[in-house]
Amino acid sequence: MSEWWTYTLSDFLLFAPRTYYRLFELYNDDIWPAQIPALMLGIGFLVLLRRGDAWQGRAIAAILAGCWLWVAWAFHIERYAAINWAATYFAAGFAVEALLLAWTGLIRGGLRFRFTGHAIDRAGLALFLFALVAQPLLGPLVGRPWAQVELFGVAPDPTAVATLGILLLAADRVFWGLLVLPVIWCMVSGATLWTMEAPDAFVVPLAALLGVALAIWKGRTTAQSVMPSEARHLVDVESPVANDSSLRSE
Amino acid sequence: MQSPSRVGRRSLIRSFAATSAAAMLWPPIGSAQQRAILTRQVPSSGETLPVVGLGSWITFNVGNDRVARDSCAEVMRHFFEAGGRVIDSSPMYASSQPVIGYGLGKLGKPASVFSADKVWTSSGSRGREQVEQSRQYWGVPRFDLVQVHNLLSWQEHLQTLFAMKAAGQLRYVGITTSEGRRHREIEQVMRSQPIDFVQVTYNPLDREVEERILPLARDRRIGVIVNRPFREGALIKKIKRHPLPGWAAEADCANWAQLILKFIVSHPAVTCAIPATSSVAHVRENMGAAYGRLPDEAMRRRMVAHVEAL
Repeated sequence: MSEWWTYTLSDFLLFAPRTYYRLFELYNDDIWPAQIPALMLGIGFLVLLRRGDAWQGRAIAAILAGCWLWVAWAFHIERYAAINWAATYFAAGFAVEALLLAWTGLIRGGLRFRFTGHAIDRAGLALFLFALVAQPLLGPLVGRPWAQVELFGVAPDPTAVATLGILLLAADRVFWGLLVLPVIWCMVSGATLWTMEAPDAFVVPLAALLGVALAIWKGRTTAQSVMPSEARHLVDVESPVANDSSLRSE
Repeated sequence: MQSPSRVGRRSLIRSFAATSAAAMLWPPIGSAQQRAILTRQVPSSGETLPVVGLGSWITFNVGNDRVARDSCAEVMRHFFEAGGRVIDSSPMYASSQPVIGYGLGKLGKPASVFSADKVWTSSGSRGREQVEQSRQYWGVPRFDLVQVHNLLSWQEHLQTLFAMKAAGQLRYVGITTSEGRRHREIEQVMRSQPIDFVQVTYNPLDREVEERILPLARDRRIGVIVNRPFREGALIKKIKRHPLPGWAAEADCANWAQLILKFIVSHPAVTCAIPATSSVAHVRENMGAAYGRLPDEAMRRRMVAHVEAL
């Protein structure tokens, strides 16, 4: 793209705000009553989180992957692509996130979730509850009709924010590879809404930044908590005394 | 030295001698058939076109929303009823092409439509295929005009379009740019290629084309289509807070949209402007600029000074 510096975000906005929000209205109408099981799945996360069964991580990963795959197909490919050719790329991103969640959590069983009551866990849970309950209210609060409501599991923004919140509740480590695409989507969505001069444009990027900040904090906290045992292990292996004793035992 | 916005009075008179006679009093749009619409000749053929057309960037990209599609069709109906002919679109505008096709179908495929579309792909070999896909979206037997969108792969696409024109598969060939980008390259194409149209951005605040592009278009007998006359609505939004100056009535301007459009189409090199809208009220306002008197050079300068001061 020559003279790229002359382009602004508005040059890439292909549709009017009215068209964008009508998309959600028609989408909600088309998929009704799929919104109800989607909300039930959201509540199901809370139950799964509390139970902590052996299959808990696999179940949460499977549900999340299913939501991302649904949004990729039902929203991006089937609806959004009609007014934005970039939506096919967005769909690919959502499908990749679904695959990553399925691979990490469902197939490899690498995701375990635990609510410890630590501030990071509380913030993660709050982010998830925000996506599930508060985020759908934003549209009506700024004057958009209820029919255009965006819900977790079926609309991209609350699904991405909820995923960030859930991943913050993952036990023992930060899954950076699973956080990348939700964060990218939050930025893309924020840029779209900002270009449309939506009053709530800042919310989703802000939620993503909060998620990233919490993930960094969690990463440091986790590293510090595992450091003593790792350090001990290193001492055991590299200590001349240890080496000497092993020689003696031969 | 002539200022960039300056247009010779004689050239204006010569230009409008070729146009239809304009009504001296501002008439209501509803009586379009009793009035003569202002037209300009396509320099390469002598065919006349109304000076106001209809763009489709953003406004007609409404996807599969039936209600919105019907609304766009209604805009098109008022456009045709007011004497409009030129509709412009592009594969870049997502669903705008199918929406235009829907509207044309709903209106009984008006024979008067002048279909202007674009080729927009970096692959030179896919140009013909894309034009055919666009034609099917529109539902027209052939395009009147196909332009290379934003000069993308223009060397390859122009060869394809010239071949299609020679084969009778389209009538005119053009190139486009917007918002002042790549004017040097546009000039190069205008000097070296036998194109019929060039599409550029022009309005009282964006007048860079007055320096070289518009004079060159006249010299090379190339028609000029003007996009983004209202800066995607931002210009109207900015100036509509202010009252329309009383002297605007001397050019039969009843509102700001007409003042801007009349400024644009009164340049003798301009063939037509293509404001986009999804509003019936706005298309009626826009089409009003294709009737009545046009500003002379003194009033054009006054328009620029006034809009710049707002």
